[in-house]
Parts: sequence; C-alpha cells; structure tokens
Amino acid sequence: MYAGPAHIGTLRVASSFKNVHAIMHAPLGDDYFNVMRSMLERERDFTAATASIVDRHVLARGSQERVVDNILRKDKEEHPDLIILTPTCTSSILQEDLQNFVDRASIISDSDVIFADVDHYQVNEIQAADRTLEQVVRYYLDRCHRQEKWDQFLTDAPSANIIGIFTLGFHNQHDCRELRRLLRDLDIKINQIIPEGGSVEDLKNLPKAWFNLIPYREVGLMTAMYLNKEYGMPYISTSPMGAVDMAEWIRQIQKNVNTFTLSSSNKRVDYEPYIDGQTRFVSQAAWFSRSIDCQNLTGKETVVFGDATHAASITKILAREMGIRVSCVGTYCKHDAEWFKEQIQGFCDEILITDDHAEVGDMIAHMEPSAIFGTQMERHIGKRLDIPCGVISAPVHIQNFPLGYRPFLGYEGTNQIADLVYNSFALGMEDHLLDIFGGHDTKEIISKSLSTDIGLIWNPESRLELSKIPRFAREKVERNTEKFARQKGIETITVEVMYTAKEALNT
Amino acid sequence: MSVKINETLTVECETGNYHTFCPISCVSWLYQKIEDSFFLVVGTKTCGYFLQNALGVMIFAEPRYAMAELEEGDISAQLNDYEGLKTLCIRIRKDRNPSVIIWIGTCTTEIIKMDLEGMAPKLESEIGIPILVARANGLDYAFTQGEDTVLAAMAHRCPESEFFVRERKETKQNFFSFHSRKKEELVEYANHPSLVLFGSLPSNVTSQLNLELKRQSIRVSGWLPAQKYIDLPSLGNGVYVCGINPFLSRTATTLIRREKCQLIGAPFPIGPDGTRAWIEKICPVFGVEPQGLKEREERIWESLKDYLDLVHGKSVFFMGDNLLEVSLARFLIRCGMIVHEIGIPYMDKRYQAAELSLLQDTCIKMCVPIPRIVEKPDNSNQIRRIRELQPDLAITGMAHANPLEARGITTKWSVEFTFAQIHGFANAKDVLELVTRPLRRQKNLEDLGQTNLVRK
Repeated sequence: MYAGPAHIGTLRVASSFKNVHAIMHAPLGDDYFNVMRSMLERERDFTAATASIVDRHVLARGSQERVVDNILRKDKEEHPDLIILTPTCTSSILQEDLQNFVDRASIISDSDVIFADVDHYQVNEIQAADRTLEQVVRYYLDRCHRQEKWDQFLTDAPSANIIGIFTLGFHNQHDCRELRRLLRDLDIKINQIIPEGGSVEDLKNLPKAWFNLIPYREVGLMTAMYLNKEYGMPYISTSPMGAVDMAEWIRQIQKNVNTFTLSSSNKRVDYEPYIDGQTRFVSQAAWFSRSIDCQNLTGKETVVFGDATHAASITKILAREMGIRVSCVGTYCKHDAEWFKEQIQGFCDEILITDDHAEVGDMIAHMEPSAIFGTQMERHIGKRLDIPCGVISAPVHIQNFPLGYRPFLGYEGTNQIADLVYNSFALGMEDHLLDIFGGHDTKEIISKSLSTDIGLIWNPESRLELSKIPRFAREKVERNTEKFARQKGIETITVEVMYTAKEALNT
Repeated sequence: MSVKINETLTVECETGNYHTFCPISCVSWLYQKIEDSFFLVVGTKTCGYFLQNALGVMIFAEPRYAMAELEEGDISAQLNDYEGLKTLCIRIRKDRNPSVIIWIGTCTTEIIKMDLEGMAPKLESEIGIPILVARANGLDYAFTQGEDTVLAAMAHRCPESEFFVRERKETKQNFFSFHSRKKEELVEYANHPSLVLFGSLPSNVTSQLNLELKRQSIRVSGWLPAQKYIDLPSLGNGVYVCGINPFLSRTATTLIRREKCQLIGAPFPIGPDGTRAWIEKICPVFGVEPQGLKEREERIWESLKDYLDLVHGKSVFFMGDNLLEVSLARFLIRCGMIVHEIGIPYMDKRYQAAELSLLQDTCIKMCVPIPRIVEKPDNSNQIRRIRELQPDLAITGMAHANPLEARGITTKWSVEFTFAQIHGFANAKDVLELVTRPLRRQKNLEDLGQTNLVRK
C-alpha cells in the first residue's frame, strides 16, 4: 500500500501545526500514527493526537457523551488553539453524527473545534491531507472575514507563503530549509510556512503574501486554489526540483514579483544572472552530467515510481539533465494521473498508473532496468531482483529521515539527486564486475570453525533443533555447544546438551 | 495526583485511553509459528496500513498472510461477501496450499456484522481446507489478546479424545513391535495423564520448557499451537492444560468449558522464580516430587548477578500494553527493583490468580509495598504520574518512548518483551538484558549531562 488511510493525512496536517490537537474517533490500536511520528521523525514531543476510543459500549449505545467529554478534557488539559475531530474507517460506518458532537463541544470549549471533512472510503492519506489543510485555512479566513477584522493590505516587500511542508513528508524539513535560503537569495520575505510549525492564529494573515508556493502538488494545491479564488492570490505549483525546473520556478517568481511592483516600476527584478550563476557554479549537477564519469550512464535503463511530484521531477532530471533512459515511470497518485501523464510526455517509454505494488514489481521484473528510483516498496523489489534502488519518494522507512542535510529541492537538491543517481548506478556496476570476476565471496574457504571439531556427533533431534535457530545465530550456537561438549567430555550432542551449554555460557 | 501505597492487592480501573497495538498484529508472529497456515485479515486500509508499518520489511518476504480489503461496496452490502471470500480463498489454496486458513475479523467486520463464523464452515466444506475464525478486533481486545482469540478458535479443532489414539498406538506397537522405544519412554517419564501446554513460543523455547519438565519426568504431550496445524495436540476429558502466557484467558476458558480439560493454574514461567513456581504447580498434579529446582533457581540467580547489581534499588513504571506486565513486574521486584505502577490493558483475576498471589508473596519477601495495578490505564494521567515519580525506567510503547527520553525519563520499549525469548530458566538473562539496556546506555552517556533535550 503506497498511500495510507485518510485519517493519517488529517493527523499529519493537524500535528504539523503548533498547538493543534487531533482526536480520532477510533477503536483501540488505531493510534499507530503516534508510533510512526515518534519513531520515524524521532519526535521529542508527545504527538498531539489521541483517540476517543470506540469499543463495545459505543457500538451498543453510540458514543453519547464520550466524544464531547474527550474534546472538553483536551481543551482543559492542554488548551490547544484548535481541536480537529478525525473520523476513521470505523467511524465512517458507524455513521454517528460527529458534526453534532463538534457543534456541542465548540459551544463550551475555549479551543476551536472542527470536524475533519474526509471520507475514509473516498480519499486516501494524500488527498485527505490536502483537504484538511484547505479546511483549516478556510475555517480561519472565513471567520476572520465574518468578524471583519480584515487587513487586506499586501506586505510592502515581495513575500510568499510556502504551503505543504509537513510531518512525515519525504525530506520536507530539508526542502523547507533550502527554500528559505533560495527565497532569501531572491530577496523575498517568507510570510508563512504551513502547516509545519505554523500557528492557526496567524492563518488570517496568509493573504498578505504576494503569492503562494506549492512545492509538492499532492498537498497544498487545494489551499492554493482556494486562496486564488477567494483572494486572487497567484500560486506557483512547479516543484523546484532539478536545474531546469528550478530555473522555471524562479522565472515564475520573477513574473509574479514584477506584476505586483508595476506601480513602483523602478523596482523590477531580473533573476536571470542568479539562475545562470547558480546553475553553472553553485549546483554541481550541470557540470557533473557533462563530466566524463557520467558518460557511462548514457542510455542506461531505469524505472521510476513514486508520488506524482517526485516521480515526474526525477524522470525529467534523468532524461533531460543526465541523459539516462527512463523505460517506465509510474505513480500511485491515481487521482492526479492526467497531470502526471502530461508532465512526463516525451521523457519515458511507458507509463504505469497503479497503487498495487505487485504490479509495479512485475513491471520491474519484466523491464530489468539497471537501476530503480522509487519508494521503499521498490527498494525491496530491487533487493529481490538484485537491482540497485534509490529512494525518491514516500512511503519511506526511518533511514529516509536522515539527520544530515539532504534536500531534494533547490540547487543543493540537484547535487543530492545527482549523488543519489550516480551512487545507485556505480554500485550496480560494481556488482556486475564482481559477478564477472567471480565475486569476493570467500566464505567457503575461510571459516571460523575449528578443524578439531571432528569427533562430536549431533544426534538427529539436536540437528533438527539447531536448524530451527535463526541462521545468523546458528553458527555461534553450534560452536559454543561443541566447545561446551568438549570441555565436559560429551561425545554425542543431544538437545539437552545444547541447552545446558546455553545456560552454562550465560554466566 | 498523589500516589497511594497499597498493602493489599487491588486493581484500579481508568479511562482506557491508552496506546497499544491492534490485536491483528498477532498475525505477525503466529504465521511464523504455524508453518502451514495462512492468515487472511478481513478489514480496511487502516488495518493494512498498520500491518505494513508495524511488520516493516516482513511484508515483502512473501509472508503467509494477506488482507481482504473491504471497500465501500462491501460495507453497503452491494457485493456478496461470501463470493468475495471464496474467490480469495481459492486463490490462496492455489498459490500456497496451506493446511488451514485463519480469518481474522476486524472492527469493520464486527460493525457491519459480517457473519464470518457462519460463512467459514460452508466455505470450508466447499474448498476442502479448514477455515478458522478469530475476531481479533480493537473494539474488544488489546495487542497480545489477538493470539488468545486465535488459539481459542484453534482449540476447537484439536483432535478429540486422547484415549482412542493412545489405545490404537499401543495395539499398533504390540503388533509391529516398537517395544524398545516404548520402554525407553517408560523409564524416562512418569506414567501420567497427558499434559498440553498452550501459548505460542519460538520452537527452541518450547523445547527448553519441554526439557525442563522432562527433568521432572513429566512428558508434554503437545502444544497449542504446534509448529504445524496438522500436529495440533489431542484434547479432551482427562487432559491437563497449562498456560505459559498471561494473556491467554479466553483460550483457557475454552479449554476448560468446551474441551473439558483440567486447567493447572500456575504463575507464568517468566524469570527463574516464575519458572520454578510454574513447575512446582505442575508437578504435584501428576504426583511428582519436584527435584533439584531450588538449586537450579539459585544457580540461575547466581549467573544473573551482574545484572542484578545494575537494577537493584531502581524503580520501574509499567504503562501497560501487552498483558505481560504482572509477570514482568513480579520478576523485577524479585530482582530488587521497585515497581511504582503496573498498567495493564485487561486483568483476568481468575486466570492470573496464581501469578497475582506470587506477586503478593514476592512483595512481602522483598519487603516492598504491592504496586498499584491499573487496568485500562489513561496515558495522559500516567504521564503526569511518571513526571511526578521520576522512575528510573518507564516500560512503555513507542508512541511515548522518544518524548519521555527527551524529558530525561529512561524508557524501554515494551513490545520487545513480546518478541524476545523470555520464558524458562535459561532466558531469564534475556529479560534482564532488555531491562538493563537503557540503564547501561544511560550509564555510558552519563557524563555528557544532556538528559533533558526539550525546550521549556
């Protein structure tokens, strides 16, 4: 499964904002999200998501006061700005009037309370995150509008919002830092970054920015479209990934900045020299793909799979910037298939739109590419088929939350991607050479077992017992048991001897 | 909130807002244990997502489990459940040919009242593979209780009467002269009614426990579950059964009520004290005088000395999520630790009676107050208590481990106790290895003085 269930998306948005608490209407055990956030992101803080448990009693009599009580309790204990009641697959079928609970709770509580408008059976994690973000933004802007505390003026200097950076996102933290740096270089102020680290109280100031940046189209696009419709805010949904798209992104920013500065026309900006300098000298990627090393990559076949943003961008980088052949590219974002197909037109041989990892596996097995760029799923497929894989998109494991600085966006991102691509292939080549020359696997010759071992007999039962021990520990157990038997002058090793040996060695 | 010191054993109950794994996680260890099985989880994307993430890489090792993902059509009964499951099971038979298919019912099948129990026998006769139904859902159960529901369902499938089988065997042996083998067994074991142990353990741990009882000349005639489904033990009137894990109360009830077995109520063989008490409860049932147990226990304690020095006088707080808590707490108290609180998802006082009384005895023996036992704990209350008590070690789920560590509270991730080998004399060391690991790391990093790593 590539994209998780809907409530995960809502929880990711909720727990990215500061001081927002999510309450799931869910049975025991559905709060697995907290484990993921705590383990993958290595979060130091308690994840602001709890469950209002659905159990037998709820099934029999409905939640009654329980949900309202849980909301009010959180309100009293932690004083969040906003509490989001999150439905799960279980509550979807129970069809309780959760909106009613929210209405009742919001009358009493100091926190704002909203009900996440996501249907488990209609949307997945990504779509739910997109919706929830829009819902939260809309809620605060609408309210502000009603109260007419409206400050419509744009900021004096050019400014932008970055929308869609959030928790458990693929390299989101690093990308965010890279974007900040880029915008500082371009002399553009950052108005707000949402949802990560954002405060819902500040959302009313979103329209003060000159334009919105949507680095990943999966999450944030709905919000941007809403802000565009209601407040006429332009948005840039190009991902600044890869040198070509980087340049395109900066030019779009330039256009937006210049449109707004027309009145005071002497302040028009020209970013072309910046683009040129960065592309040729700050980013090493352009030079790298012309260097002799990269000649070896010419025409190598690859398969790319991931979310729409990353799969499309990486495909364009491989084909357009590195001259590598992309035999097949695919995405699991089925809802965005049209955009995806349009983006990669002309950069690949085949397109695969699916969320079934078995289908992706079959395709890879059939293509036999020299390298795969995909998610953790593809990494495992690659392992089985002995094809190297670079991970470029969620879903991911803990190793894709590196501590070091590893953006995928911006000019530093181009360097990181070039490394990733090159290293995947280099390893593939090494493997291949080793194969041709017989490999360096000399395990058979050099063994840790001692030649004096002969003379000990393992009876059939103990043999069998030994075979049940996981392989990585088996040799050690075998050695230790034999050592013990030799010390004690035992000739036949029985199961009993094995375990006596284990105990004896405990000391 | 102040913390009372109990002189007697009491069980409090809180709100039940706590973190634990969904009971369907039992699939992860049971499919490995029962080699010829196939587990089919009938649930939603949420269940699948949990299994995929909780089991990590295992999902790609072509495991013998799968999800039957329910979609909107299934929920609104537009699709035919029976036909859907039939198609799936036929495919499973074709691809894997298992000896048994186990359907795991989830919250969703519960709510839409999908009649798995009704469909299973029908489909079973149609496709010719036994189909068991276990309702391991989060509405009713927590984490390890999932195994309980599966084993309870499996108990029904155990071959019926031991007598016929044994008589048949004996006549066979007379005819085909397996005399030598039989004689040998007679010498080694006391003649006693059959004993079946229940609870899923790695096969080398079952061997160790078998051996332990063999030393007392008690023969274990079978395990529920066995390594293979087709090797399920015989049950029936006159068969004695004994549990090895504290979360198997439904299985125990089924064995007593439905299978007419005699339950030996004993503490669980966790820690040398528990293992000894466990054997000592089993022996008299078969008229055996336990031999050399005291010395054996002492030898194990002796071998644990280094660990005991580390844990002595340190305090522990169990937040509670896997029902092993009472047994572990009892063992740790015996090791010289102070237990502040034993959180536990569910407390079956009858099934755990012997364990609870051993806990009480241990507390008296070690001169410490009996810790409060909190059933269905409330995690936010517990975290408040942890902050107040500042225990040396909090045994907790992963959701709270990192945040607590960042606040200077040393933690041990509780799920590891479920997957580590902790039963029997020989594995006592492994329990302490787990418990002391955070303490040892703490010691290694002590001089850095960076215990609190959150901004106020």
